[in-house]
Amino acid sequence: MSEQVESLIRQDYAAGFHSAIESDTLPPGLDEDVVRFISAAKEEPEWMLEWRLKAYRAWKEMDEPTWAHVHYPEIDFKSISYYSTPKSMKDRPKSLDEVDPELLETYEKLGIPLHEQEALAGVAVDAVFDSVSVVTTFREKLKEAGVIFCPISEAIREYPELVQKYLGSVVPQKDNFYAALNSAVFSDGSFVYIPKGVRCPMELSTYFRINELNTGQFERTLIVADEGSHVSYLEGCTAPMRDENQLHAAVVELVALDGARIKYSTVQNWYPGDKEGKGGIYNFVTKRGIAHDNASISWTQVETGSAVTWKYPSCILKGDNSVGEFYSVALTNNFQQADTGTKMIHLGKNTRSTIIAKGISAGRSDSAYRGLVRINPAAEGARNFTQCDSLLIGDRCGAHTFPYIENRNASAVIEHEATTSKVSDDQMFLCQQRGLDAEKAVSMIVNGFCREVFKELPMEFAVEAGKLLEVSLEGSVG
Amino acid sequence: MLQIRELVASVEGKQILNGLSLDIKPGEVHAIMGPNGAGKSTLGNVLTGREGYEVISGEVLFNGEDMLALDIEERARAGLFLAFQYPVEIPGVSNMEFLKAAVDARRSHMKQEELSSFDFMKLAREASKKVSLDAAFLKRGVNEGFSGGEKKRNEILQMMMLEPSLCVLDETDSGLDIDALQVVADGVNAMRDSERSFIVVTHYQRLLDYIIPDYVHVLANGRIVKSGDKELARELEAKGYGWLEGEVA
Repeated sequence: MSEQVESLIRQDYAAGFHSAIESDTLPPGLDEDVVRFISAAKEEPEWMLEWRLKAYRAWKEMDEPTWAHVHYPEIDFKSISYYSTPKSMKDRPKSLDEVDPELLETYEKLGIPLHEQEALAGVAVDAVFDSVSVVTTFREKLKEAGVIFCPISEAIREYPELVQKYLGSVVPQKDNFYAALNSAVFSDGSFVYIPKGVRCPMELSTYFRINELNTGQFERTLIVADEGSHVSYLEGCTAPMRDENQLHAAVVELVALDGARIKYSTVQNWYPGDKEGKGGIYNFVTKRGIAHDNASISWTQVETGSAVTWKYPSCILKGDNSVGEFYSVALTNNFQQADTGTKMIHLGKNTRSTIIAKGISAGRSDSAYRGLVRINPAAEGARNFTQCDSLLIGDRCGAHTFPYIENRNASAVIEHEATTSKVSDDQMFLCQQRGLDAEKAVSMIVNGFCREVFKELPMEFAVEAGKLLEVSLEGSVG
Repeated sequence: MLQIRELVASVEGKQILNGLSLDIKPGEVHAIMGPNGAGKSTLGNVLTGREGYEVISGEVLFNGEDMLALDIEERARAGLFLAFQYPVEIPGVSNMEFLKAAVDARRSHMKQEELSSFDFMKLAREASKKVSLDAAFLKRGVNEGFSGGEKKRNEILQMMMLEPSLCVLDETDSGLDIDALQVVADGVNAMRDSERSFIVVTHYQRLLDYIIPDYVHVLANGRIVKSGDKELARELEAKGYGWLEGEVA
């Protein structure tokens, strides 16, 4: 089968193109002046600038982490430009009609036509093109429900008390090297606030896109679900084809107050590099949520893109009876590398966590699951269930599992299951003997493998995720 | 329907079929019997085009067409079906989804319209009833956690849905109790008609009490060494294969 696998793995990146929109880009390099420039460009208040500077000073003293099971050339942080904004966007458009047609076309090539998105009632889109939020839709409807959904730059100006209270409360500036960098220079991102007892009337959705050559993207997302509220947030990403590696270091913070529920779903399809392993996005992300009493946080991610992924969406189960969930599909192909997983930190009593991680490796790629389950002494009656399954396609890829379990309470129940399997020749033969071609067979087998995770995705995303896997695997058999 | 002429084939460099010839007309049921290692399973795998089975010489015509030139899936769509001796599991892929994809592929090849979900469901439910599988099995993963008997019945279910013109049953009776054997045989018998042909590969005569063959062939050392009618099967049951050894040379 390996020859079959070889050729099916080959597939050109469908979203690879570069749009010729003029940009205002800061020269490469990072110092306090750059931080001040970014803060000033965003018309931020003094406290925000101080917050950024504090992060910058911490970052300067920190070293890049090297413990992950990934290998890449050293990143020269001096050669990166830390701010860029599409020129024609200086005056924010009031409606889609005012949006640069080329920009809209870019989205359409990606299959996310905003016009259609707008019509798709139930989905509000806050599109981030490079560093500036371009279009925000459905704001009015959300406003009626009291929901705030806006670019974080706007939230800093309009809702300073909320932002000041929660920004950095889950991922502090000094949390890690990349989080500190993000805190210093974050360009934009989304802010969501769901008031007490409100069930957000629609799925909230953001598409991120990296467009400028050598422009680092540093999104910052903060979601606060007040007591008893519910929200489901979708994030989808793709980037155009590039020769040079691009750094992406986002931070996402979730705050679920008493009895609140946050569901955060990601479909990540950034440029993974070419078949020889050249180019592609470096994705170093810090995602973490804190769940107070009776609250729940659920992360679902489908990761098929990026050259290097370093990402551990985590839950701090602070409150009693709080629940954390992590459902993940990570697919690597060609020379992609992924080190991803989660951390479940049980602090409160009767806290529960579930981890279902599916890793698929094809080509010469390497994927690792890294997960931490920590039960603190006070977390009486805590429970965790972890299942991590790896699927190998072909015989030149790798899958690794690094589970860490730290239990300090004897009443805890922790279960861990792990499997590694291959798409077998027998399975392929059964499918083909029933009339399916090799590509269809692989995609069906892989989709079946991911079923438990896909069923956690909102319906429209589940379909998209299935298609994305199909596209990512094209050329892996044949 | 199917003409096999002087077929020589090897597995992992070892020659298993040594000039096998067989002629099958529409509507006929041919039983292939023989001792272990005679090449019985190899025949089915070579016909389907399975990887690892190399044809060295000979010819196979399926409805007049050179079958050896076709890919595995092309042969399947053209109406060749193999019921596996050991059906594999495909976790997470529902039987329904799998069947639908297979039926769509076959129908599209025959230039027939795709079945609507409703019609497809109806057919699938009827077929599952015929092989005594609860309709709940349609929603489960392909063969996932099925017992040996359930897997075999699921093979017959797939066969019914795909309506192949040539069915190869590869030791379908192995590991089946009498009740399951009866269900499988009933399924096969219900599908017999003047157009559809069967190759029933089996080690034991028992299955042939339920599926009455038109012809029985003995395969030894990669060739058909004796052919006859169903009485030959009884003779083999009584005498074993040893007495045929002279014919092998």
